[in-house]
Amino acid sequence: MAVTGAIFVGYVLLHMYGNLMAFGGADVYNTYAHHLRTFLMPMLPYQGFLWVLRLVLVLALVGHVFAAFTLWNRAQKARTTRYAVKKAVAATLSAKWMRWGGVALLAFVVFHLLEFTTRTITPGGDSDSPFTRLTNGFSLWWVFLIYLVAMFALAMHLHHGIWSAAQTLGWTSSALSRRVAKTLGLTIALVVSVGFIVPPFLILVGVIK
Amino acid sequence: MNFTLKIWRQASQRDQGQFVTYRIDEISDDMSFLEMLDLLNEQLIAKSEDPVAFDSDCREGICGMCGLMISGQAHGPEVTTTCQLHMRSFTSGDTITIEPWRADPFPVLKDLIVDRSAFDRIIQAGGYISVNTGAAPEAHSVPVPKPNADRAFDAATCIGCGACVAACPNASGMLFMAAKVTHLGELPQGQPERASRVLSMVTQHDHEGFGGCTNIGECSAACPKEIPLDVISTLNGDLRRAMQHKPS
Amino acid sequence: MTDTGHDPLQPAEDVRTAADAATPAADAAMPPRQPAAATADGLIEGLYRMGEPIADTKAPEVPAANMWETHRFTNKMVNPTNRRKLKVIIVGTGLAGASAAATLGEAGYRVKSFCYQDSPRRAHSIAAQGGINAAKNYKEDGDSVYRLFYDTVKGGDYRSRESNVYRLAEVSANIIDQCVAQGVPFAREYGGLLDNRSFGGVQVSRTFYARGQTGQQLLIGAYQALERQVAAGSVETFTRHEMLELIVVDGRARGIIVRDMVTGEIETHLADAVVLCSGGYGNVFYLSTNAMGCNVTASWRAHRKGAYFANPCYTQIHPTCIPVSGENQSKLTLMSESLRNDGRIWVPKRREDCDKDPREIPEEDRDYYLERIYPSFGNLVPRDIASRQAKNVCDEGRGVGPKVGDFRRGVYLDFAEAIDRMGLDTVKEKYGNLFDMYARITGEDPYATPMRIYPAVHYTMGGLWVDYDLESSIPGLFVAGEANFSDHGANRLGASALMQGLADGYFVLPNTICDYLADGPFDDVTDRSEVADAAASVSDRITRLLSVNGERSVDSFHKELGHIMWEYCGMERSEQGLRKAVELIRSLREEFWRNVRVLGTNEELNQSLEKAGRVADFLELGELMCIDALHRRESCGGHFRAESQTEDGEALRDDENFAYVAAWGWGGENQPPVLHQEDLIFKAIELKQRSYK
Repeated sequence: MAVTGAIFVGYVLLHMYGNLMAFGGADVYNTYAHHLRTFLMPMLPYQGFLWVLRLVLVLALVGHVFAAFTLWNRAQKARTTRYAVKKAVAATLSAKWMRWGGVALLAFVVFHLLEFTTRTITPGGDSDSPFTRLTNGFSLWWVFLIYLVAMFALAMHLHHGIWSAAQTLGWTSSALSRRVAKTLGLTIALVVSVGFIVPPFLILVGVIK
Repeated sequence: MNFTLKIWRQASQRDQGQFVTYRIDEISDDMSFLEMLDLLNEQLIAKSEDPVAFDSDCREGICGMCGLMISGQAHGPEVTTTCQLHMRSFTSGDTITIEPWRADPFPVLKDLIVDRSAFDRIIQAGGYISVNTGAAPEAHSVPVPKPNADRAFDAATCIGCGACVAACPNASGMLFMAAKVTHLGELPQGQPERASRVLSMVTQHDHEGFGGCTNIGECSAACPKEIPLDVISTLNGDLRRAMQHKPS
Repeated sequence: MTDTGHDPLQPAEDVRTAADAATPAADAAMPPRQPAAATADGLIEGLYRMGEPIADTKAPEVPAANMWETHRFTNKMVNPTNRRKLKVIIVGTGLAGASAAATLGEAGYRVKSFCYQDSPRRAHSIAAQGGINAAKNYKEDGDSVYRLFYDTVKGGDYRSRESNVYRLAEVSANIIDQCVAQGVPFAREYGGLLDNRSFGGVQVSRTFYARGQTGQQLLIGAYQALERQVAAGSVETFTRHEMLELIVVDGRARGIIVRDMVTGEIETHLADAVVLCSGGYGNVFYLSTNAMGCNVTASWRAHRKGAYFANPCYTQIHPTCIPVSGENQSKLTLMSESLRNDGRIWVPKRREDCDKDPREIPEEDRDYYLERIYPSFGNLVPRDIASRQAKNVCDEGRGVGPKVGDFRRGVYLDFAEAIDRMGLDTVKEKYGNLFDMYARITGEDPYATPMRIYPAVHYTMGGLWVDYDLESSIPGLFVAGEANFSDHGANRLGASALMQGLADGYFVLPNTICDYLADGPFDDVTDRSEVADAAASVSDRITRLLSVNGERSVDSFHKELGHIMWEYCGMERSEQGLRKAVELIRSLREEFWRNVRVLGTNEELNQSLEKAGRVADFLELGELMCIDALHRRESCGGHFRAESQTEDGEALRDDENFAYVAAWGWGGENQPPVLHQEDLIFKAIELKQRSYK
């Protein structure tokens, strides 16, 4: 769970950084999109890097979901009779929403891939220019809303997930390291979610066009 | 003070249980929670009704025998054991729901009593230092740095009550196990068996049917001895190193 | 078999007459204190008979310092391959029981370990706070085995057996080594070495401690050693099993009958030897610092089968406990005696002030009675004196705190002056955890208002009689820890109970039981009638308890018994009071078997039934305690007879007439007990009167 999660953390950081290219306008963004496909050529074929990345992500996803399911399943079996009354004392909202938030994120990823990778769903109209597809999509308020909710879920998932991964890897054996891990979790969660949502927001309000 | 008590009644492990509601009056705020139940039982016996079975022994918060889920919180609203909880922590007129620890590795034996022998079996798996009586070297031959000794002590204060399991949304026994791994792992005497200890204990823990840890922190918040979550990280670190260097 | 109470030999009227004759004035003038002579029917004081004197025959006739070494050498050994054929039953999993089970398991014997709790780790040794003594002399302050031995005998007011105590002091140092190797996190200094503190008024620092939870840490160490043997297959544990009878065949202890407390099944377990490590009997007082489940049943059942019960009247009452707050209180909690180092104890001078806010009582209206009576020791007088004086001022009607019944039981322990002198922070640092505990239990803030304390029963020095091998008067029945009488005489020093429990379990018993087991394995007794009879007697007794179906709950009998014991056999005992107590206990016991209400069945988890069996035994023990206290017409250690005191009101021992162990034999159902005397012979230490002035 922790290791696969860490892969995602690295990925969303890169992805978020890439998305910021939208500030540069159509040319910069399209060049970035093209560059991703030619990255490490000719050592790798066209789109080779992307496929390697996709493979790693799919494997990580399978591992992550499998681990999550196993934990969920064990928890179900470990308490077949539920409490009539149960109060949470220490659990953060993020921690409580890990499982359903994870499912929501998975649904979102599917939607996101259908929109921008396979171009199966093309709200606002299809185009061969990645930048145009971007602006087309996010000009619609409901598309933006989906992304806003998703980024909120992502932030919560990262917030608990990063601290939890550090704990699982055995890096938080002191009060100080525990505080560091918690702060890091919150910081990355905020940076990633805000970094992701800013370009769509600017598109929605018409600053980026 | 007076209260409405919703208490889980279950005749035995084989029987189905259900909540039964009782009224209790004239409770003084100096009474402990268990003394309030004692009084209820006296009243039940007077009416020839079966008294409520619950565990307790030392009643000074150290033996770990008592443990009730009180209105959704393990050991009730204070950070202490059930036996050290007093009625002044409640408001007269409250409805209090009393349940046994709920976890399948802790089957209910009767009413509010559960079987926690799974914890003993986890200790049997490796929660000790192998030294036969008489084989010990002179106590001062191995100095222990004070910070290590102090941390070992903090972890060793675990009373094995099971509140961590009861409070954990996953019903995981991680805090209990990690407290022991940290206690012994902080001491020089515990080093030779450090890797094998954590591997065997975790294997036994999983085999008993406890859930996995997702680092939510309910265990530590419910722990009457306030054992911190960092012991779980210590266990995880030990486990990772033990798996990396697993002897073939 | 009948258990009903009244002694037909002793009509109640006679007792009353005798008691009335002994007025308090007559007590004070009463000429000393010799044991009374027997009447024509062989009864002494109408209460007991005289039996043959006894002696320990096991300790070798060499100086104390060589005794243990000599004994270990001359003891018979058991070949390691034969050990597998020998079965040992151990009842109780406290310090003595868990350490003995672990050690015998390591040695290769087949051990069965029993406890009534849900895990061996719950035994009440876990609640010991202060520390454990050991003659390590790490402070280079002149400590030695001899000094620990001397302090223990003197602290016990010269009523313990020299040979056993010397050995205790001798093996004490090994305990610390063993515990450290097991991972017990003792307090350490910055250099990484073990810290010591002084304790209980001795002049050296020999107490090892783990904050205020030494008992817990030592017990967990022993428990882990025990569980290691369970994993190795040499020890089998039976939790939630209560011993209800001892099996004696051909004069030897050969097994026990237990009840599975979950299913109610009555099980028979046979072995080559039986070891009782079942703790003390302080719960005969109902309210004590013992755990709720602590009971005398294992010891008492053995007593009824022929094991002598020694010095039952020796009980220790601890002065600094949190007072009783109401009628429904189930348990008393101890606070460390160290509080008396800086706190000042007082009560109002006038009764009218007792319900006032203590902060509003001016200095001149307060009676710092310990400082007044004992100007040199002040608040630091020994436990028994502090306890007795607290009772005295409360009896005068000057107690403080809530009225329980029509009586206030409490005195102030005031830190106001200490907070002024040392500052709040220093007081917090030194006593913070104790203050927190007090605040949690009472709901009062001890930094703002004085704490209230009152004495409570906390340890019983008496127990089953054992010889140097810890073997009782029944061959094959060994007794270790608080359950035996051997090491603390009439008073136990602080931090010595943990020492004794672990000494017995780790080092003494495993080295003495082999001498007995060397003659084993003994014949198979499975089909002997004594075994079936023992099981049948247990079932019969349970059936009787369940069939009385009277009006009163078990707890109500227990409370009443506790009240009688506390009132008449507590801190101060008198002939008149004890005679009254014997009478009251007999009639209470009679009522118990006629009027107790135990609901439910045997074939279930039935806590009322468990308690009923225990209280039934307490009702028999209580009478024996009173008889023992009555016959010992001297004051010694925790046993204070109003008739035996100096002009200043201090305990007055009578070595000429009472330097013996009173080992009581079971006289039979409703028959008077039989007194066997073991003379205490002091060779290494000279007898002296204790003085605190």
